[in-house]
Amino acid sequence: MAFVAIADRDHEHALHDPQSFIRKYIWSQDHKVIAVQYALVAISIGLVALTMSVLMRLQLGFPDTFNIIAPQEYYQYITMHGMIMVIYLLTALFLGGFGNYLIPLMLGARDMVFPYLNMLSFWFYLLAVLVLVAGFFVPGGPTGAGWTLYPPQAVLPGTPGATWGIICMLASLAIFIVAFTMGGLNYVTTVLQARCRGMTFMRMPLSVWGIFMASILGLLAFPALFVSAIMMALDSLIGTSFFMPAVASMGEKTVHTGGSPLLFQHLFWFFGHPEVYIVALPAFGIVSDLLSTHARRNIFGYRMMVWAILAIGCLSFVVWAHHMYVSGMNPYFGFFFATTTLIIAVPTAIKVYNWVLTIWRGDVHLTVPMLFAIGFIFTFINGGLTGLFLGNVTVDVPLSGTYFVVAHFHMVMGVSPILVVFGAIYHWYPKITGRMFDEALGKFHFWMTFLGAYAIFLPMHYMGILGVPRRYYGYSDAIQFIPPSVHEANEWISISAMIVAATQLVFLYNLIHSYFKGPVADPNPWRATTLEWQTPQTPPKHGNWGKDLPEVHRWAYDYSVPGAPEDFIPQNVPHSDKTPVGREHGVPT
Amino acid sequence: MSHEPATLEPGFRGVTADWSADKQAFPVPWGKAMMWIFLLSDTFIFSCFLTSYMNVRMSTTDPWPNTAEVFALTVAGHHIPLLLIAIMTMVLITSSGTMAMAVNFGYRRDRKRTAQLMFATAALGLCFVGMQAFEWTKLIVDEGVRPWGNPMGAAQFGSSFFMITGFHGMHVTGGVIYLSVVAWRVLSGFYDRKGTYETVEVAGLYWHFVDLVWVFIFAFFYLW
Repeated sequence: MAFVAIADRDHEHALHDPQSFIRKYIWSQDHKVIAVQYALVAISIGLVALTMSVLMRLQLGFPDTFNIIAPQEYYQYITMHGMIMVIYLLTALFLGGFGNYLIPLMLGARDMVFPYLNMLSFWFYLLAVLVLVAGFFVPGGPTGAGWTLYPPQAVLPGTPGATWGIICMLASLAIFIVAFTMGGLNYVTTVLQARCRGMTFMRMPLSVWGIFMASILGLLAFPALFVSAIMMALDSLIGTSFFMPAVASMGEKTVHTGGSPLLFQHLFWFFGHPEVYIVALPAFGIVSDLLSTHARRNIFGYRMMVWAILAIGCLSFVVWAHHMYVSGMNPYFGFFFATTTLIIAVPTAIKVYNWVLTIWRGDVHLTVPMLFAIGFIFTFINGGLTGLFLGNVTVDVPLSGTYFVVAHFHMVMGVSPILVVFGAIYHWYPKITGRMFDEALGKFHFWMTFLGAYAIFLPMHYMGILGVPRRYYGYSDAIQFIPPSVHEANEWISISAMIVAATQLVFLYNLIHSYFKGPVADPNPWRATTLEWQTPQTPPKHGNWGKDLPEVHRWAYDYSVPGAPEDFIPQNVPHSDKTPVGREHGVPT
Repeated sequence: MSHEPATLEPGFRGVTADWSADKQAFPVPWGKAMMWIFLLSDTFIFSCFLTSYMNVRMSTTDPWPNTAEVFALTVAGHHIPLLLIAIMTMVLITSSGTMAMAVNFGYRRDRKRTAQLMFATAALGLCFVGMQAFEWTKLIVDEGVRPWGNPMGAAQFGSSFFMITGFHGMHVTGGVIYLSVVAWRVLSGFYDRKGTYETVEVAGLYWHFVDLVWVFIFAFFYLW
């Protein structure tokens, strides 16, 4: 029996439109609803982490003034801020949010391949968030082990939340990983197996490539975190000694003996470094599409962009110990990991050059999404260049404990992806809601956030080079090497941080207000080529495509094709005299 | 475009063209593709467990217990090392054989034989879990091994043992339930109505994987 591709078997997709409110919006199996659910939960918990960072800045900028955070609570704030932002906001928003929304729409599929599993993925994610939040209310409060949760101190008495808080954190992470696995399997299988007719790998928009590779990284990297969470929970709960060496704590010898704290660091960073790219690769992909669409030019070097995504994904598994230069290891290891780390700069630089060359002499429309995309190029180059400092062992060792790391990390993994998140939300907002946002408020949001990010993090580079240590509750005058300028910088940073945080309220107002009162959006307001803008309805209905699946005839970047009547040709438009072949690789023009 | 017979290009170019074609990368059902990817992810979980076990075995300063001694049974006056483990391994590998036969009969749409062989596989799996329970009981009750310590040597021996075999045992138990459900559906004609027995093969993939993992646990934990 000849095998019929499942994408061709329409009866596989026998769709029963859910009618009741609950099946439609709550227990929904529709990838678009699940995407919005993911995004709303992620943004909500992200606001908690944002509030925590403002409170920390109040303490650092104006010590002995507000006293909202007690000294022993400071690490709990650091820990929860970091963990929430990295895992529960960025990872969930890029993969659960944009991955869910964009993959089926951009590939011309009706839904993810297993919608029920997809729904479960969201509910497990919500459970993970609830368990995480429960950590705030248990005796002793949330864990204060730092977002890296290094043992031994993570489970030793004296660390805040060493009894209950750490267990909530580990349980929440384990549940999150289960949730991600269910989602990630769906994303990868959908990209591999459920593309529409004509949608070859090399015609996929780069957003899908980025999310696809990030999902693969997640499926291979999260196991290490899962395993370390289990082992640390066992160490903490029943007194095993996987990570715990024989230590004396509070003047008493603990029950532990013979474990390896370094093992945890290896496992954590075997997850932790790919995690950077789990967040970065979707951002890379999405920003490529934003730049191309709003500059009305095809993406420069599409093939190289794809190969760079794959190369970065593979390399990200062999660089993890560059987070451990100060932990103590064989110098040859440091040499190896420094080399691989610097090699990653090559595909990354290719991507940056290609972004710049894409908008070079393009018909740049400075729309709100475009502003955020261009802003991303700046912050990403900035954060990438400081990465070159920290990738070298000898330079990293003195800088590792200072604010230089805070500045680098926030620039490259905080600000850069979140700028893409903002740009992407503005870009797809008309498709998701059917309404247009307020352009002026959006531009205000961009400039305040972009300039604010520099106002916050640029001085931190300076502080880091002066040797100001990170993770300190306050800097008394007794620390003599810290000059008065650092205290002034801290005040400046704190005021900037509060302004930037307040600006995010404008963003939320814009989203909520426009949803109800915004003008009805054009189905394709940016005149983009990719399939999600070609749906019969806006916002797309359940099943996305009406009766027939779309058919793809060209790549995703046919902008400003010579001889075409308009400056874009959607992917589902066949070749003809009026709509000529574009610059698709391998096709003669 | 898709209904015309595929023209096969020879060599590496053909492989690339095939793989980068539209619609699907692999000519397999969605469930099967997803199971393969899940198993890849699960491989990383077990690799992390086993690597961590090797790491703590090196980091601990106490001597590692001799597994040939710990896992020995005395039968009719003879002291036989790893006897129970050898039987368990045999049972599990046999269950892979019955599973493979079930998949074969699934392809032939032999409803009865498929279901019988799958139930046999599940029974062998249950047998494995039962022997594991016996092994755990013997260690805990008779030998005094605990996750946090044991009289024979390094505490990490018990920790790793209970964690790794426990996690694997949970996989086997889950597999037994999974196989039983699928076998029941085979018997009830569910897949005849659906027109495909592919779920049998997908369940088989999972089962073979669990067996394969056991081989590694056997080699690295018991034999080393």
